[in-house]
Amino acid sequence: MEPWFKPIADHALLVCFSDTHSAESHAMVVALDRAIAETPPFGMIETVPALVNLLVSFDVNVTDHDSVEYHLRALLKDVHPGEIEGQVRRLQVCYESPFAPDLQAVANAAGLSHEAVIAAHLAGQYDVLMYGFSLGYAYLSGIPEEIRIPRKPTPVRDVPAGSVIIAGPQCLVTTLTMPTGWSIIGRSPTRILTGDPERPFLFDVGDRVTFERIDLATFESAQKEADHD
Amino acid sequence: MTDATFLVSFAGPLVTFQDAGRTGHMRYGVSASGPMDRLAFDAAHAALGNLHGQTAIEISLGGLALTCSSGAVSFAVTGGDFVIEHRGRKHGSWTVLTAEAGDRITIRGGTSGSWAYLAFAGSVGCTEWLGSAATHAASGFGGGAVQSGQTLRVANASVREERSGAVPRPSFVTDGPVRVVTGPQDQHFAQDALEKFLTERFAVTDAYDRMGMRLRGPELPLAGALSIPSEPIVRGSVQVSGDGVPTVLLADHQTTGGYPKIATAIASDTDRLVQFRSGQTLRFAALSGAQAIETVRGYLAQKTAYLAQIAVPRGTLGQRLMRENLNHGWVLD
Repeated sequence: MEPWFKPIADHALLVCFSDTHSAESHAMVVALDRAIAETPPFGMIETVPALVNLLVSFDVNVTDHDSVEYHLRALLKDVHPGEIEGQVRRLQVCYESPFAPDLQAVANAAGLSHEAVIAAHLAGQYDVLMYGFSLGYAYLSGIPEEIRIPRKPTPVRDVPAGSVIIAGPQCLVTTLTMPTGWSIIGRSPTRILTGDPERPFLFDVGDRVTFERIDLATFESAQKEADHD
Repeated sequence: MTDATFLVSFAGPLVTFQDAGRTGHMRYGVSASGPMDRLAFDAAHAALGNLHGQTAIEISLGGLALTCSSGAVSFAVTGGDFVIEHRGRKHGSWTVLTAEAGDRITIRGGTSGSWAYLAFAGSVGCTEWLGSAATHAASGFGGGAVQSGQTLRVANASVREERSGAVPRPSFVTDGPVRVVTGPQDQHFAQDALEKFLTERFAVTDAYDRMGMRLRGPELPLAGALSIPSEPIVRGSVQVSGDGVPTVLLADHQTTGGYPKIATAIASDTDRLVQFRSGQTLRFAALSGAQAIETVRGYLAQKTAYLAQIAVPRGTLGQRLMRENLNHGWVLD
């Protein structure tokens, strides 16, 4: 994939691989992101990987768009998508009432039983695509075809942190109490904002995620444990 | 040195603890937050002789009232044209004063400006997240919002009489158009949208908070009902929603989003833009990437020189009077 580069104001460069999201464009983003982590350009501040492009921000006092682009072009010669496997992260999820207020609506829309929706969700192969919307909100791709339903016309307010929400091909575990128009199908006691200063966020972009079903009692004890950390 | 404490009798909405910002976590959905007006924030600390990037209180037009309940401490207020009442006198922002036990201080919006900074000669205590006190207002993560009834504790509080008085305002800041680099999605707009964006005036609306500032002006039509794959957003990104309305994203911006961005404001000009109020109008002007870098480097050099200048203590009262006398060419009897 031949990338193109766009200057973002005075302090960042956007590397674009495609105009439309595909597994290939995202794989290039992840591969370049990892190459940059190994060999960052001089003056770099941070990178933001997204679906089809990657932002590289820099200190304007020591470098510029052209120097960063030059460095990235050199790196790209040796960047090949798919060579690096992401870590696998396991998330517990409880699909029981009162944590799954939209499970019935998803089942209705999909023409499936409750259990079939849960089975489909558990069967998904999820990849961490990018973070966005708010702190620690990681967009996961991989919702199976049979339970892909559009977001609701109106967002619901005050959806609790830890909610497992789905819309179209994407799934997300919320970290804050926020409004959402996505369907709420469960609750996870696994903290994405880990509270661990060494590793404050559970996922990196490019990681794989699997969900593991738990019952209400297990949820409650896991929740207690997480609260004590 | 001892502590000084303050009781907050009133804090308006969006009065928050801020340090220089929580840089480095955008990839995890975390914008840097920190002060909306970084120049005024830095000036408050420089005028007190503080270290760069200490925690200060960002004050919205909602205002702040507090009473010193113990100790004594010098403080600076910078940013916009706010009004400070202290010991029965009114002062404009850009000043260093000293509070002692029993002093009541009120800070509220004046003739212009949207944000002021209250910094103390000492370190004000608050919670941190990921090693930073910068508050992400929507979640409250970081130092959080300052609350009515809250006690503020300033550790190692000192009285810096030699720094008292007016703080010279930055004179190097231009008041021309807000300068941007166009794109990255300028190709997704109808042909005349970019021309309208760069020639017509836009007004700041009430939809303005730490996340962003929605503008009102000519519609900026997209070429077709396009949605782009969600992509990175920075402070200064000008995104345009489906109805052709531009919003400038600011300190608490989302880190990714799917609205096309017509342009990105340069760092020096977002600090100026945030001080606009609802109803004020502005224009945008385009720079190339290279021009943006040259402009911001020039701005940062001037900023550094300015901060160094205001960081020099003005001396004791006697020394200040003497200098004023010499400057003005007359002598007291």
